[in-house]
Amino acid sequence: MSLLEVKNLRVEFPTRRGTLLAIDDISFSIEPGEVLGVVGESGAGKSLTGASIIGLLEPPGRIADGKITLEGERIDDLPYEKMRHVRGKKIGAIFQDPLTSLNPLYTVSKQLTETILVHMDMSQEQARKRAVELLDEVGIPAAETRIDSYPHEFSGGMRQRVVIALALCANPKLIVADEPTTALDVSIQAQIIAIIKRLCKEHKTAVMLITHDMGVIAETADRVAVMYAGRIVEIGEVRDIIKDAKHPYTKGLMGSIPVVGHDVEVLQQIDGSMPRLNEVPKGCAFNSRCPDAINKCFVDRPDLMQTDGLSTAACWLYSKEAVNE
Amino acid sequence: MNDDIKQGFEVKPLLEVRDLTKYFDVSKPWLTRILEKQPKQILKAVDGLSFEIGKGETFSLVGESGCGKSTIAKLVVGLQRPSNGEILFDGQDLNKAITSKDSNRIRRRWQMIFQDPFASLNPRWRVNDIISEPIRVFKLAKSKSEINDRVDKLLTQVGLSPADGNKFPHEFSGGQRQRISIARALSSEPEFLVCDEPTSALDVSVQAQILNLMKDLQRRLGLTYLFISHNLAVVYHVSDRIGVMYLGRLCEVATASDLFKNPQHPYTQLLLNTIPDMEMTGIKRDPVHGEVPNPIDPPSGCAFHPRCPLANDRCRKETPQLQKNAGSLIACHAVEEKRNV
Repeated sequence: MSLLEVKNLRVEFPTRRGTLLAIDDISFSIEPGEVLGVVGESGAGKSLTGASIIGLLEPPGRIADGKITLEGERIDDLPYEKMRHVRGKKIGAIFQDPLTSLNPLYTVSKQLTETILVHMDMSQEQARKRAVELLDEVGIPAAETRIDSYPHEFSGGMRQRVVIALALCANPKLIVADEPTTALDVSIQAQIIAIIKRLCKEHKTAVMLITHDMGVIAETADRVAVMYAGRIVEIGEVRDIIKDAKHPYTKGLMGSIPVVGHDVEVLQQIDGSMPRLNEVPKGCAFNSRCPDAINKCFVDRPDLMQTDGLSTAACWLYSKEAVNE
Repeated sequence: MNDDIKQGFEVKPLLEVRDLTKYFDVSKPWLTRILEKQPKQILKAVDGLSFEIGKGETFSLVGESGCGKSTIAKLVVGLQRPSNGEILFDGQDLNKAITSKDSNRIRRRWQMIFQDPFASLNPRWRVNDIISEPIRVFKLAKSKSEINDRVDKLLTQVGLSPADGNKFPHEFSGGQRQRISIARALSSEPEFLVCDEPTSALDVSVQAQILNLMKDLQRRLGLTYLFISHNLAVVYHVSDRIGVMYLGRLCEVATASDLFKNPQHPYTQLLLNTIPDMEMTGIKRDPVHGEVPNPIDPPSGCAFHPRCPLANDRCRKETPQLQKNAGSLIACHAVEEKRNV
């Protein structure tokens, strides 16, 4: 059984000028101990997918349809109080900016032990001991003394380590990491990636890694889902997608990333930009920018289908009937 | 600056920076300082930097946050005055030139492109007015219709349509806004553009569009770029020569191919080691240690020594200077003494 299963999830925002569909019918699953990367440009819906899973979708946004199950139990329709116990206990979260995800008025020790005490049956001393162990595990030197510092006394990279320790407090099965390295310098980014990789191996924690940086995905993830305008356009093993992308959007995306050692005069570019939510065209959302669009692309919306490679992609080019039409 | 660190340009370089320093006073208020008996605190954002940029060249500065890249950009366009040192633009002292009476003649020859296209365009101005402002300020056109013609041409040049001129910035996406800032920068027909992280706020597919546009414009208009970025892959793609910065000083200056094929300074090697492996080769890499120290209280000697695997006593005491080494300029005692082989 998959650890997390997302089925036909739709997230919408009712506005005065009509309802905007931010996530449009996406399905995927995460296996225990797996790192699933979710990549896409700003506005593609990756963060909303993460927020729906941890139950932190901000109103007026709401789950309009679909099902999210964690270890076989539905979590998308849980009342607020019950969801609070799932969040933290079973699902941990790491956000982009470590300064805003820590409370500046409490010491790190207070924040860690509070989380541990809520979710685990421990005494105050045991909780503090566990907090020190966690800080040690994420690579904070002299954890024993540093634990009594306030968040502002740590550097950005160290703060992000504290946030990771916080997410690990109750040994969750799944961690949703939303752009965990984006606010950090490159040398710190490499350190944080290494920690996340090591921890999910040691604890068998699954990670949903949301990022816009294909490089981070290549380093960390096992599988990757590529999102575009609220849909998953391609999903598969990281290696297959990086070496042999099938969806025209993924191909364009891969070609537009400058790579050290590749001497190209002109980067491949996808003209135009992602449509706004109120301007998503009929058929495939990518049709106006797609170099290979066929008639069917402007009429019907493609679902994920098997391609001639190893990944699955939502593209009519891989449907024989559509191409022959 | 001594002669052997010149990079051997055959023609005079367009921009020469000599021993540039910029210190910021970050002390607490005077009374607090007296009461707490604390000395003045000086942040050395740029500390004795020298480099040259040739005509038509792209020179890039890379480094982590707080190393002084953006301060250099501001110094080089005259938005800030250096504490010490000289900036020569086409042989003229930049800071004397911009305070002189006919400063407009030289000022229009350089422009700047900023990181955030959402903050660098006035939201209450129409695109036409934004782009034509330099033309009006420098009085480069005689009549209104001439201004309009030039704005239309600029918009087409950056891949927008002349009709877009009547819109406001909020009607455009991030990539299109960055095109507008490029059009504005080009409107005074400059020779030299300072680009401070021009694509960091953009998505990768849009980044590719902007990088392609910048390269295309450089070829057509013979522009010279000072390009500032923390993204090594982007820097590799655009640059002719690269300067690597660490805590306000240059530690290595080399051509793009030399720097990436044969990085010599230990910090450059560390930086290159952090580039994500897009080839999925699965090579095991040495873990990176440590963090950038606080620039208010930098380490003694070579600022990199606490993180450097090759550091010895000399590195802790003596600040290394840029020296020629196999075609590149390196500021490292270990490389000089061949301790790295």
